[in-house]
Amino acid sequence: MSVPLPYYLGLSAVLFAIGVIGVLTRRNVIVVFMSIELMLNSVNLTLVAYSSFLGDVSGQALVFFVMAVAAAEAAVGLALVIALFRNKQTVNIDQINILKW
Amino acid sequence: MLTEFGRVFLFILIGIVFVAIGLVVAWLLRPHRPYPSKRTTYECGETPVGDTRMRFNVRFYVIALIFIVFDVEVVFLFPWALVYLSLGWFAFFEMIAFLTILFAGYAYVWRKGDLEWDRPAPRIPRYERGVGVREARLTEDEIAV
Amino acid sequence: MNIPVTPGDLLAIGPISVMFAGALVVLLAESIFRNGEAWNRWLALAGFLAAGTVAFLNTGWSGVAFGGTVATGGFANYCAIVYASAGALSVLLSTDYLRKTGIAFGEYYALLMIAVLGMMLMGAALDLVVFFLGLETMSIAFYVLAAFARSQGTSNESGLKYFLLGAFATGFLLYGIALVYGTTGTTSIPLIRDKAPSLIGTPVFTIGLALILIGLLFKIAAVPFHMWAPDVYEGAPTPVSGFMATGGKAAAFAAFLVLFRPEVLGGEKGLRDVIAVVAAASMIFGNVVAIAQSSIKRMLAYSSIAHAGYILVGVVAANATGANGVLFYLMAYTVMNIGAFGVLAMVENGAGENLHFEDYAGLSAQAPVLSLMMALFMFSLAGVPPFAGFFGKYYVFAGAIQAGYTWLAIVGVLMSVVSAYYYLRLVVMMYFTAASASPRRVGKSSAGLLALGIAVAALVYLGLFPSTIIDVTSRFF
Repeated sequence: MSVPLPYYLGLSAVLFAIGVIGVLTRRNVIVVFMSIELMLNSVNLTLVAYSSFLGDVSGQALVFFVMAVAAAEAAVGLALVIALFRNKQTVNIDQINILKW
Repeated sequence: MLTEFGRVFLFILIGIVFVAIGLVVAWLLRPHRPYPSKRTTYECGETPVGDTRMRFNVRFYVIALIFIVFDVEVVFLFPWALVYLSLGWFAFFEMIAFLTILFAGYAYVWRKGDLEWDRPAPRIPRYERGVGVREARLTEDEIAV
Repeated sequence: MNIPVTPGDLLAIGPISVMFAGALVVLLAESIFRNGEAWNRWLALAGFLAAGTVAFLNTGWSGVAFGGTVATGGFANYCAIVYASAGALSVLLSTDYLRKTGIAFGEYYALLMIAVLGMMLMGAALDLVVFFLGLETMSIAFYVLAAFARSQGTSNESGLKYFLLGAFATGFLLYGIALVYGTTGTTSIPLIRDKAPSLIGTPVFTIGLALILIGLLFKIAAVPFHMWAPDVYEGAPTPVSGFMATGGKAAAFAAFLVLFRPEVLGGEKGLRDVIAVVAAASMIFGNVVAIAQSSIKRMLAYSSIAHAGYILVGVVAANATGANGVLFYLMAYTVMNIGAFGVLAMVENGAGENLHFEDYAGLSAQAPVLSLMMALFMFSLAGVPPFAGFFGKYYVFAGAIQAGYTWLAIVGVLMSVVSAYYYLRLVVMMYFTAASASPRRVGKSSAGLLALGIAVAALVYLGLFPSTIIDVTSRFF
């Protein structure tokens, strides 16, 4: 006996929503970035759940790629944050405002 | 009757109760005599050097970024390792090609000097008895990568 | 699932393999040679030309490779030609600019090549996994390129904004992919297309498609997902802005054409109407706000939102005329917009100044050739016949009228008239306004002038003989 599919989908939808809300409300770049990672991982959960439900491995293969891409994104993103911090000494989104938003 | 997840829930509940009982009983039995050196950070019996909430050198982040990228690529090695015997030589050469690309990136990073540690002049922390150390303010140079 | 893969597949996706090998060589050259930048310029140019040539030779033929996950020839190669030419023009326009602004690092060219590699993968993708990988390869290279002038606050900010919002959009896109995979049980785009008619009206499937749509609309900077575009294009190094506004947009539209084929879009009436409204909103917002800009770079950024709207009209049409129009428009837009940004890059000084309308006063007396080319780019962007921009608009609007979206075509034509105001304002500034007192130094880069000359020639050729492209593209649908 196993957990039915809708439970997984519900959980990942909730995680995704938490991530979205985090991106929209938080002001620290690092926390915003962590929220984005949460969104990606909730997608991974959805993919794995569907993959196991459908008995098809291509969803799990996609999860590997998402993980690798997320790592590459993390590396680039944090490097951008470091570069910005060297110039402006801040990681607050509200103070990143030379260009009009 | 309990479902599978009912059992899991029961297990969690027992775990929480078990820990709580231990803590409460210890709190009731133990003597309560705090003094300053008892409250310092535990560093294997040594006198502590520095606060636990210190600022890390930004070079750690660069190394960590490089580590993350190369670390996660290994995720592709595991599925490959499981099936490569049945896929034969082509899979082998395919993985060699993948690793070659990774090594090209590694060579680039190495050659560009991003793996050099290149320490700044050591800064002796000021020690204050009992409180630990107040970290020296980092200079502009050290913040820069 | 067992996908037979042979080394022959690598040859079948020729342009992508060439691009990939080129990017690796450039990266290694940068780390081996002391003056890697001087080498890489030519290596990158050679790489783009080689990829473009390989793609051109195989345009007529079409098939699949890697077990049906990647398309070869035909449509994929047409896209590859567009991206390779965008890359080659960008290389020629960048060399002088990079030296001027003190960011002449060889990695720049490697990143351009990696971005083009990602775009080609997107154009060739027949599987959602390949599509996602291509999109991310392109986007991650763009994030770095936007922040390439790393000591400049504006460039940092541009890169970080693009990164945060881009990654946010990626999250939506991925969730959409996951839901579509869950409802259809496959990631293969042709199989999804086959199953789409039976799934029309299933909420989860429609939500999945809508989320993928959001991710793509973000990449093309259509209203209401356009907020990042003006800031990112303004802050990024000028040749990079031109490259992102053309290549990046073209790649996302190629994905639109592959994913939202008539089979899918015809059934999802609601989704189609949503795209129509987005197209209209982009055209209206982009053009109206562009009028109010004083910086030409920012004006071009808003105009690129408007152009995304025009091209979306062709997607909404979901018929052969519309799709041909989209492909023609992408080619024309790539040439004319890279050209316009290229002129900006040449007039701009090393400190990021000389980007405003008043800085162009009386430019025709000082730099007649450059002014003439800028004027031609502006006429073409405004859609004045007989330049390429006119026929791009003509085909997409004709497609929309055939599909019964006459109101959309009317909005498009009206907004083209509005856009003429700010494009021609620059022409008036260059030709009929007295030069300001302070002398400005206009860059004299022979490579840049060569690239602009090629762009103008292509513009005029495409305008006079649009059927050469349409004959080729009409075989894809």
